[in-house]
Amino acid sequence: MHQWYVHGFEWTQKTGFVYPNEFITWSIQIVMYPFLTGLVAGAFVLSSLYHLFGVKELKDMAKFALVFSFALLLGAPIPLMLHLQQPLRGVEIYMTPHFTSAISAFGIVYLSYALIVCSEIWFLYRPFFVQRSAELGKKGGLSALLGFFYGVLTLGAKDVSPKAVEADHKAIKFLAGIGVPAACFLHGYAGFIFGSVKANALWMTPLMPVIFIMSAIISGIALCMFTYTVVMEWKKHVTKKRLARHLKTGDTLPELRATEVEMVRISAKYLVAFMIAAFSLELLDLIFRGYTAVKSWDILRAVIYQRDWVDIFIKQYLCGYIIPFILLLWPGLTVRRAVLATVLVLFGVYMMRWNVVIGGQEFSLTFDGFMNYKIPIIPHNIATFKEGVFGAVTVGMLPFIFFFFINKLIPSFPPVHHEAKTK
Amino acid sequence: MSLQRREFLKIVGSTAVGAGALSAFRFLAKGEAAQILGSANKNQKWVFLVNTYNCVGCGMCVRACKLENEVPYNAPVSRTWVERYVELDNGTVLADSPNAARDGFTADNPMGKTINPADITKAFFVPKLCNQCEKPPCVQNCPVGATFSTKEGIVLVDRTWCIGCGYCIMSCPYGVRFFHPVYHVAEKCTWCYHRITKGLKPACVFACPFGARQIGDPTNLNDPVTKTIATQRVAVLKDEYGTKPQVFYLGLDRIVR
Repeated sequence: MHQWYVHGFEWTQKTGFVYPNEFITWSIQIVMYPFLTGLVAGAFVLSSLYHLFGVKELKDMAKFALVFSFALLLGAPIPLMLHLQQPLRGVEIYMTPHFTSAISAFGIVYLSYALIVCSEIWFLYRPFFVQRSAELGKKGGLSALLGFFYGVLTLGAKDVSPKAVEADHKAIKFLAGIGVPAACFLHGYAGFIFGSVKANALWMTPLMPVIFIMSAIISGIALCMFTYTVVMEWKKHVTKKRLARHLKTGDTLPELRATEVEMVRISAKYLVAFMIAAFSLELLDLIFRGYTAVKSWDILRAVIYQRDWVDIFIKQYLCGYIIPFILLLWPGLTVRRAVLATVLVLFGVYMMRWNVVIGGQEFSLTFDGFMNYKIPIIPHNIATFKEGVFGAVTVGMLPFIFFFFINKLIPSFPPVHHEAKTK
Repeated sequence: MSLQRREFLKIVGSTAVGAGALSAFRFLAKGEAAQILGSANKNQKWVFLVNTYNCVGCGMCVRACKLENEVPYNAPVSRTWVERYVELDNGTVLADSPNAARDGFTADNPMGKTINPADITKAFFVPKLCNQCEKPPCVQNCPVGATFSTKEGIVLVDRTWCIGCGYCIMSCPYGVRFFHPVYHVAEKCTWCYHRITKGLKPACVFACPFGARQIGDPTNLNDPVTKTIATQRVAVLKDEYGTKPQVFYLGLDRIVR
């Protein structure tokens, strides 16, 4: 017989009575997947607060959130591909989708959502593309090539009259309108993948998609706030340096500072609002399980209150909700405090994904035994790389790398004053 | 471009309708298509009977299965297995299936514990295999149609089409499925489909020296297995999941998981 390899055997420790074929089949990549799609959905919802509901204070954040959402969207399918035992066959989901399966909808949901995000970005940046292609077209060499590229990006629609731009804005509003339900669907459906597994006592609840959407939104807003402040701090740093050398700067320091604080305070309000919804739903789920106490409750109680107690109550609830609540609601919110809160919220949401995906596999189908996920740290083969710490870190970094390059092409940050002011 | 609004809407509308109509058709995965076009006999059905009173936990069935179905002999996975249950007079239940019972139960040490035989109130063995559910959640949840029910009601996996997402493994309440250690696609018990379609018995049934495992034809009322199921008090595993299992057990106990 050939060399054999049992998936999950290396990182699963069994105790008690566990069926022979049970292992931690879905490991850290499946934790990363809902975490990333959650960020996609959340970032999009944040950008829509401006485009759709006209929350004017979020104007600067909206543009960035949309582009960031796109970068995250490119990263979202990667953990899925990595966890497949036959990654090259992943395309079959588009070829022979079996629509009774929640996963089969991935192709359609993902593609339609990607189309919406791309179109919205296109409408938002069309005048910019036109401007850049005209500017760079005049120059020679590589710039001309880049200019041509921007020309292609305009898709031939080079009309930037006020009337045309107005039409663009209408289209953006419309796309944001269908984008919000689409984003919720993209992520709610990730929740449905888990919530509909009737064999898994921890996963099976109709609340799962809603819980996923709410925590998605808070993670998206938190990540946008975090990245936004990091970039603004960098800008402040650069401006300070240039001022010290008496060079021209795009913006003055007080301007930057004021924008940053304003933006963080406004988005913090939305963050808290969605956090309340997410927290209530998660508590409701927990209370309901304990109250109804069906057959599986004995083993779930052992998982929730004993084995995963620290992961759930300390890391997920205390660090992810309670402390950020205090940090964000304490009067006189500063940027530093907000950043700490967003990091904690992101950590809490990550732990929530972990507790669902890994926690759901920590007990046996026998309800009489446990499995422990011993996460591979130092990889010694492809499987332990993919399904270990390194794989997760790689996947987690990719969206930022994507964003770096996308942001080079379509700058998404304020200040967008191209004509620099003199000091 | 001078595209009128009306024309534009016409184009968009007809594209949407066309796409909608097209999406009504689904391309079948190879295995699914073969089921529709192929020669499987839909009048042929099978039903499985496990008589737990007869099982002694020798593990012959597991060995036969591994050899017949190319599941690596030393890999800690198996298409079928046998569980040992020991209930003590203080209510404690000890259950295990070391090495899927491939080597039988040769030591009196349920879950590695030494037990005083006088404390045991009951003890027995329960063979497990795929239930070939009438409503299989694994088939429902396969995103690409790589696993399917044949016309005879047997659930199979197309090894050339499975993407290895593991959703079917997650969906099975009986823990029957696993990733094949060599082919790296979903693997499961098929009641030896390649044998039963030729009129042979599954390897485990063939190997069982005590008749604990039997297969029969549910359409034939004179079939001894069908007769037993019809006239005796039989039970199925975990019927609360609504999967309609096709493996019937004689002498199933409440402590069986």
